[in-house]
Amino acid sequence: MADVTPTPKAPRPKVGSIPRQPMPEQPPKVRVKNFKEVPYGLTPDLAILEASRCIQCKNPACVKGCPVEVQIPEFIDLVRQGKFVEAAKKIKETNALPAICGRVCPQEEQCETPCVLGKKFEPVAIGRLERFVADFERVTGVVEIPEVAPPTGKRVAIVGAGPAGLTVAGDLVKLGHDVTMFEALHKPGGVLMYGIPEFRLPKDIVQAELDYICKLGVKLECNVVIGKSVTIDELLAEEGFHSVFIGTGAGLPYFMNIPGENLIGIYSANEYLTRSNLMKAYLFPEADTPIYRGKHVAVVGGGNVAMDAARTAMRMGAEKVYLVYRRSKKEMPARIEEIHHAEEEGIEFHLLTNPLRFLGNEESFVNEIECQRMELGEPDASGRRRPVPVKGSEFRLPVDTVVMSIGNGANPLVPATTPGLGTNKWGNILADQETGKTNKKGVFAGGDIVIGAATVILAMGAGRKAAAAMHSYMMTGAW
Amino acid sequence: MFPIVECREIAKNVILQRIEAPRIARKRKAGQFLIVRRGELSERIPLTIVGSDPADGTVTIIFQAVGKSTAELESLKAGDSLLDVVGPLGLATHVENLGTIVGIGGGIGTAPLLPIATAFQQAGNRLVSIVGARTKDLIILEEEMRAISDQITVTTDDGSYAKKGFVTTALQELIDAGTKIDLCVAIGPVPMMRAVAEVTRPHKIKTVVSLNPIMVDATGMCGACRVTVGGKTKFVCVDGPEFDGHEVDFKELVMRNRAYLREEKEAMDRYLHKDGKCMGSAAPGAGTPGGAGKAVVTTGGVS
Ligand SMILES: Cc1cc2nc3c(=O)[nH]c(=O)nc-3n(C[C@H](O)[C@H](O)[C@H](O)COP(=O)(O)OP(=O)(O)OC[C@H]3O[C@@H](n4cnc5c(N)ncnc54)[C@H](O)[C@@H]3O)c2cc1C
Ligand code: SF4
Ligand code: FES
Repeated sequence: MADVTPTPKAPRPKVGSIPRQPMPEQPPKVRVKNFKEVPYGLTPDLAILEASRCIQCKNPACVKGCPVEVQIPEFIDLVRQGKFVEAAKKIKETNALPAICGRVCPQEEQCETPCVLGKKFEPVAIGRLERFVADFERVTGVVEIPEVAPPTGKRVAIVGAGPAGLTVAGDLVKLGHDVTMFEALHKPGGVLMYGIPEFRLPKDIVQAELDYICKLGVKLECNVVIGKSVTIDELLAEEGFHSVFIGTGAGLPYFMNIPGENLIGIYSANEYLTRSNLMKAYLFPEADTPIYRGKHVAVVGGGNVAMDAARTAMRMGAEKVYLVYRRSKKEMPARIEEIHHAEEEGIEFHLLTNPLRFLGNEESFVNEIECQRMELGEPDASGRRRPVPVKGSEFRLPVDTVVMSIGNGANPLVPATTPGLGTNKWGNILADQETGKTNKKGVFAGGDIVIGAATVILAMGAGRKAAAAMHSYMMTGAW
Repeated sequence: MFPIVECREIAKNVILQRIEAPRIARKRKAGQFLIVRRGELSERIPLTIVGSDPADGTVTIIFQAVGKSTAELESLKAGDSLLDVVGPLGLATHVENLGTIVGIGGGIGTAPLLPIATAFQQAGNRLVSIVGARTKDLIILEEEMRAISDQITVTTDDGSYAKKGFVTTALQELIDAGTKIDLCVAIGPVPMMRAVAEVTRPHKIKTVVSLNPIMVDATGMCGACRVTVGGKTKFVCVDGPEFDGHEVDFKELVMRNRAYLREEKEAMDRYLHKDGKCMGSAAPGAGTPGGAGKAVVTTGGVS
């Protein structure tokens, strides 16, 4: 535990006397013209001030809200004392990727909602502080490589280098295992690299975290599609791996299956974001991969992915970007902060609106969407009120680009090539919640491939649990 | 890095490269393809695997320089390396002994046809081949096809070599002569595959075609490669590349392959201009521009 004596620099103020410190960020008019990160980050002074708001609860509610139980009051107190590097180390005891989580975690649903300060005042800005210390540590270049246990002689294969796989790799290499990550794409990072845009999660930050994992001794083989280049069974039987972790994510884009969906200019969000992020199409013709710089772009959906696509379209010079969502704003699964950013950037929300079909010109380029207005009816299985069509409300929206962002399912590649691996009816791999164990001996799984498209931190949480179970399996042989 | 160990021009603007990629060499089966990426800002180009040698760990690709990306690939020499090579991708050809197979390769489509035809021949089928191109210079792999075929016809549209006419003319003649055909495998430019499917349709001859849509990841993650087959949307990279030619919506495929024509031209002009190279007409314009982004040939399978 850190020294809790307040430093003269940051006396502990009267509870609630200091307001939650706002995040300095690029003004909307400026940022829609670039791909640079939107928030600048807290300054050390602001961070110390914000940290001094925390009342250091004995029984902190925030920690219970965190899927990996970061020692929140402890790290915040270190920030208050100006001990930023120590604070970063404190977080890293439980969360290997704080610079990423500080940016993309839905803190408003996790640690910040239960924060006691939020009852009367505003909650402590835990996410912003997390981001601040991680950036401070990285920028000042004092990232320490922790000690790695002596070799155990056990070899681990990780399938998919997204947040789940990276967490398992980091944990197991520290325990002395020989870890190899296999990644299908030419770059590791999963959604962090190909999906989430630069302006929300700069790729040099993702790269720094990847470099860190590799410095720990994890081996990385990109361009290997497990199931095609080599199967899970072959990894175990022929390549000498003692256990395998599957963290292949939710990489199968859904379409609506309505007429005209294959017209030119209609992308899945995965394609649109992969072209722009991973393939750097926003640099075309500097980069070879092209992408439509639509003038009138419609994004269909209401999640984080939809917000990312809409804001990317804006930055590529669209005059109008419409967000077409069949429920109301309240039901949108996207983070509030992202909805807010999208609105500020001039994205037009067409709520309670559902596409019926797409129309195209004589060269098959999309030029209109026929939509229908919806109203909210009775609650459905998800507890959200079900949208029902309003008769005779059809109208057309002129567009030249459409991005379908209505969700992702499980990519069937690995299950289809791994005989005996259990999946549910949606194709998600069946794995124990606490251990990540699948029904196949030596094979573990976690992240989006198990629970469906979720969050970075849940994928990391699953990775952490699986790593512990894999360690014990490899050391004892007991399944 | 994936070193190029051999590189030669086998016809005008048609390049054969042998690349060190041991994992792929070990696993690949007839009908599968791979993705290559030249450098940091390059796109991902799908190309059919024409052959492989598991012993020395190499795979062979054949491509035609039609756009910036393939022109850049063409400029590489033995000893150079590719940044990324991924595979084998797509489903392997379903090969069995059916009786008589007619294998049809149009233009560079003969390259992806070769391994598939070889597999059918080795499975005990009688192999009747038709190899065609617009003109003499564009006929490839004739000797290789001849070596495995029980019967072969070579055609050129302009009559500059062998039999004058289209591959469909030769196919129609086979049918008219009463040849019992158990399966037809046609790979080439989209209009050619469509024409073959129309010739075989009235005779109910099962016809397999190998499609070459635009791709990005080629692992089923993006949907760039979607085509309509039998009224349903399929992802060519994971559900194909081979489909029933009588079910494919070729019109949609032709359109979708034209998606980035403008960008392809822009990139090519810039490429020719930048290095002050005089490459003449690097784009021979065989068939429709399609393939992966500005990359790939037109003519064949994913090739
Ligand atoms: C655009 C977008 C925005 C998002 N925004 C947020 C956000 O703000 N906050 C948040 O918490 N979450 C967000 N998410 C969700 C979050 O990114 C995912 O829940 C998380 O990345 C899941 O991690 P994972 O490790 O399970 O899978 P992934 O990140 O999907 O990684 C899987 C990896 O496995 C690889 N792979 C797949 N198949 C194979 C194979 N056969 N062989 C080898 N490798 C394979 C893939 O290429 C990929 O690299 C967002 C998602 C998207 C798409
Ligand atoms: S609940 Fe809020 S005030 Fe209490 S320790 Fe956590 S962050 Fe600090
Ligand atoms: S190329 Fe992306 S799904 Fe086929």
